[in-house]
Amino acid sequence: MADSSVHIGCGAGFSGDRVDAAGPVVQTLRRRDGPRYLIFETLAERTLALAQKHRRADPGHGYSPFLEAYLQPVLRDCLESGIRIVSNFGAANPAAAASRIAAIASEQGCPGIRIGVVEGDDLLDVLTEDEVRRFPTIEGLEIGDAPLVAANAYLGARPIAEALAMGADVVVTGRCTDPALVLGPLVHEFGWAEDDWDRLASGTMAGHLLECGAQVTGAYYADPGYKDVPDLARVGFPVAEIRSDGAITMSKADDTGGLVSSGTVKEQLLYEIHDPARYLTADVVLDITGVSVEEVGPDQVRLTGARGWPRPETLKATVSVDGGWMGEAELSYAGPNALARARLAVDVLRQRCRELGTNTPVRFDILGTVSVHDGDSGAAAAAAGPAPDGDYRVRVASRGHDRAVVERINQELMSLYCSGPAAGGGFRQSVTDQIHTASILVERDKVAPRVRLVGTAG
Amino acid sequence: MSGRDDPRRTRLHEIAHARAGDKGNRSSISLIPYQPEAYPLLLEQVTEQRVLEMFSHKGATRVKRYALPNLPALNFVIEDALQGGVNAALNLDQHGKTLSSLLLELPVTAPRRLMRHPER
Repeated sequence: MADSSVHIGCGAGFSGDRVDAAGPVVQTLRRRDGPRYLIFETLAERTLALAQKHRRADPGHGYSPFLEAYLQPVLRDCLESGIRIVSNFGAANPAAAASRIAAIASEQGCPGIRIGVVEGDDLLDVLTEDEVRRFPTIEGLEIGDAPLVAANAYLGARPIAEALAMGADVVVTGRCTDPALVLGPLVHEFGWAEDDWDRLASGTMAGHLLECGAQVTGAYYADPGYKDVPDLARVGFPVAEIRSDGAITMSKADDTGGLVSSGTVKEQLLYEIHDPARYLTADVVLDITGVSVEEVGPDQVRLTGARGWPRPETLKATVSVDGGWMGEAELSYAGPNALARARLAVDVLRQRCRELGTNTPVRFDILGTVSVHDGDSGAAAAAAGPAPDGDYRVRVASRGHDRAVVERINQELMSLYCSGPAAGGGFRQSVTDQIHTASILVERDKVAPRVRLVGTAG
Repeated sequence: MSGRDDPRRTRLHEIAHARAGDKGNRSSISLIPYQPEAYPLLLEQVTEQRVLEMFSHKGATRVKRYALPNLPALNFVIEDALQGGVNAALNLDQHGKTLSSLLLELPVTAPRRLMRHPER
């Protein structure tokens, strides 16, 4: 008997991804047979913290600011062709997102939409701030006594599967693991048991590959002459076929640019995995050490061999706190002897900042020499011997809880317009408020996912 | 002899590709050979010690290398390489996304046939 298959495409891999990517994915899914899903992953750690701030300011907000931009072009097509949508663009307010989605559906002449709302990830609904602070952190900084902005647990695939079982056309979640957006539909379609670890691992692997959008289809991969990718400007977003036995065939939207090769798939398979034998999620511990990757056709790559181990006893949660301010400012020097003038500018700035007497961390760069690859001391840039003539940009960056100090450091660079080396120009600056995050592990019984169906009558 | 099997000094970039990601102050960088036959050479030459030295100026304190002979590929987890990570880094690249390219600068010795551009 032939295994049944589910087709899942991805329309966005991060908050801020292309808003026109999902169209070709939907057109491709329409040509496929069987259950079909479209996911949007739009919820980074900081995105959620910002959304919490927005919700507090206005109870009707706090969902992804991109929700409309992503959904409007494809919602009607998806509803008409039975392509179900799963996304975490509910952010801090899945219920408000559901209302907005229902309104968009009405505007597009599609009444009767059923929207599954997954909630329960917000720890501050069930724990006090002090209780949250008492958890030891596992990644990032200590929580300390800074004001909490958000604390959300990563829910797994089960609540999503439940919403689909209730008949949802669109499932909107807050914080859940990114692979759960894919594993949820697979659990629903195939009825995989809670301890069917190897299949849950395969579904998690499929989700891991899909959730970063075009990062598996040639984007973030191209290196001319080494890794060439055709028509990168029109890169197609991924579409995967997952069989009930867990085998995955990765491909991409039809009639688009980009590339699906063993190379693109391997880079994304290992992306942010850390220990490849123990990738921890809410649903399963994924082991990819035995995975085989095989090109089976043009832009088609088959993956098999994911192993799974029992899920962790605890759920990971992200805690966000107010992180003060970051200032950044830049000024250019170009042409004859430009590097010496840029270095003199840094020397002047360094001395001025020292004389300010602040202990705010400050970093200086000369863009065009070694910058992003350098440490904070600038040792690599100092040792490098780039051309004395060129086009260089002096950069200063600082962080602190006192906005005035950060602004002052930016202003020190601006003052070089009139008080620095010859011919500096093109000053730009920014001061942005920062959110710091820490990770904690929470007992599962503290977190109770809630699933309900809302929608317009029809 | 054409010399295609003679070992030559080159950079990792000629024989492998890489992608970097982050978690907190920890960088995770994959390393994938263009040709599977280059994998033993990566195992032998791209050691935890050499990678730690390469990232020490950025504050790296420890490197753990994971082997995936099936793909084949290596995965490096580098502790404290992100100058505090997104929470604290003053580096323009707070996530260390460009660090895959730093790893690919590592000098290695490889036969020309394993290089992306053996004719050069």
